[in-house]
Amino acid sequence: MPDIFAILWAAAAAERRAEQPAGQGQASTRRRTGVRRRVFGTTAIVTTVVLFALWWAISHAGLVPPLFLPSPEAVATQAIRVAADGYVDATLAQHLLASLGRVFAALLAAVLTAVPAGLAIGLNPFARGILEPPIEFYRPIPPLAYLPLVVIWFGIGEISKVLLIYLAVFAPVALATAAGVRSVDRERINAARSLGASRGQVVRLVVLPGALPEILTGIRIGLGVGWSTLVAAELVAATRGLGFMVQSAAQFLATDVVVLGILVIAAVALVLDVLLRLIQRACVPWQGHR
Amino acid sequence: MAILSVENATVLFDAPDGGTVSALDRVSVRVEPGSFVVALGSSGCGKTTLLNLMAGFLAPTSGRVTHGDHPVLGPGAERGVVFQNDALLPWLNVIDNVAFGLRLRGMPRKERRERARAMLDLVGLAGFADHQVWQISGGMRQRVGLARALAADPEFLLMDEPLGALDAMTREQMQELLLDLWARTGKGIFLITHGIEEAVLLATRLVIMSPRPGRVTAELDLEFGREAAAETSARRVKSDAAFVSAREQVRDLVFANAQV
Repeated sequence: MPDIFAILWAAAAAERRAEQPAGQGQASTRRRTGVRRRVFGTTAIVTTVVLFALWWAISHAGLVPPLFLPSPEAVATQAIRVAADGYVDATLAQHLLASLGRVFAALLAAVLTAVPAGLAIGLNPFARGILEPPIEFYRPIPPLAYLPLVVIWFGIGEISKVLLIYLAVFAPVALATAAGVRSVDRERINAARSLGASRGQVVRLVVLPGALPEILTGIRIGLGVGWSTLVAAELVAATRGLGFMVQSAAQFLATDVVVLGILVIAAVALVLDVLLRLIQRACVPWQGHR
Repeated sequence: MAILSVENATVLFDAPDGGTVSALDRVSVRVEPGSFVVALGSSGCGKTTLLNLMAGFLAPTSGRVTHGDHPVLGPGAERGVVFQNDALLPWLNVIDNVAFGLRLRGMPRKERRERARAMLDLVGLAGFADHQVWQISGGMRQRVGLARALAADPEFLLMDEPLGALDAMTREQMQELLLDLWARTGKGIFLITHGIEEAVLLATRLVIMSPRPGRVTAELDLEFGREAAAETSARRVKSDAAFVSAREQVRDLVFANAQV
């Protein structure tokens, strides 16, 4: 069932494309976009339903043993049991809260440091020379690859897990902020300066709000990356968390719990993305207008 | 009141081929308080560079820019700028855009909003204070930009083709509005345009510029702006025989230089 995540992701991407203004005032283009969107939406729903039906049919036909593919009902039953009684000493809600706590702690720390870092990169070539090389160096490395080093340096406690997610979130937020700063309209900065703005006022009142759309996009990308790094982080001596739950269920060959964990992780990712999109719309209603 | 003056200014830019391009070549322009100086020329003649010098966005390679007794070393609130693409801040609504310069000075919110409201009245946008800037038309946005510059009460207004992006009808209304504001506030104005009729209508002093290198090729003193402001009818002035002959004279000057 990992396909469902890909489908949801593709749906989100397509919706993003559709949200972009389709050439201002071109009614025919917009109408075509509308039709394309409806065709896409219907097809996506049908695909999802078909995949579920296939899952149900294959698991019930006895073609594959439940060890490899548990039926939807088995997963649903496990969902109720794990929610009520728990799995490895914690309920589903407790696993979920542990994971969300780690991701949000890392996200908060990343936003508080990456936005100033991105501002510095975008505004000052000296700061850019200091900050960009290390960020560009570690950014393409998969977190799993530097996880052992983080553990050697910081132990197997909570710090290592949050740090790993923090690093994964930091780079996209910092680079998006820097790109946002560089994209701020030169005329707007000049307008503020000709009204008597100091350098600090220009940064605070023109550059920062001007970069806000891209900062929020960076946070959205960062949150996605951070959430997928979570499982890696929870491989290390965790006692709670969705990644830990999936990992330990796999060791006991409890495939139904594994599938449950994967579905919950996908659902949370989707909800977070939708929430951030709503925040983005509320904070930057001018986006897409000029 | 002090005079804003550019003396013998040359501006060189680096060209892609490694040499230099002379955007302005020994240009001198004076904007006196209460005068309406218009720079007219085709694109590439350095008129925006000239405005950037006066605004302080750019320093001359050689020559001087002075405001009264002081050299212009950077932008300042005593020289308000109206931009071609309005350069409004889309995260602020109309009134907060107009009040932005006052906010920079630390004026309390209530006071600056009151003042901004008065400015919106002046440019004929009284009912639009709470609109978002992306909800109003291009002509209205330009008026908001104008109100923003006026709210800071500058000594001079520098306008970079403020009417360039507007349709013909809105443009005529804006010309009358500019003349009206100029007559009422008595500020010194420097305006850039490539519209010959517009230049002849508005200018008390018309500076004709020509490209490669950017330079002043002719200067004229005109009176139609004052007439139109006094009569509040730009259209009647534009159909005067005197206006028509002045316009043709300016057209000849512009095209004579264009062929060089």
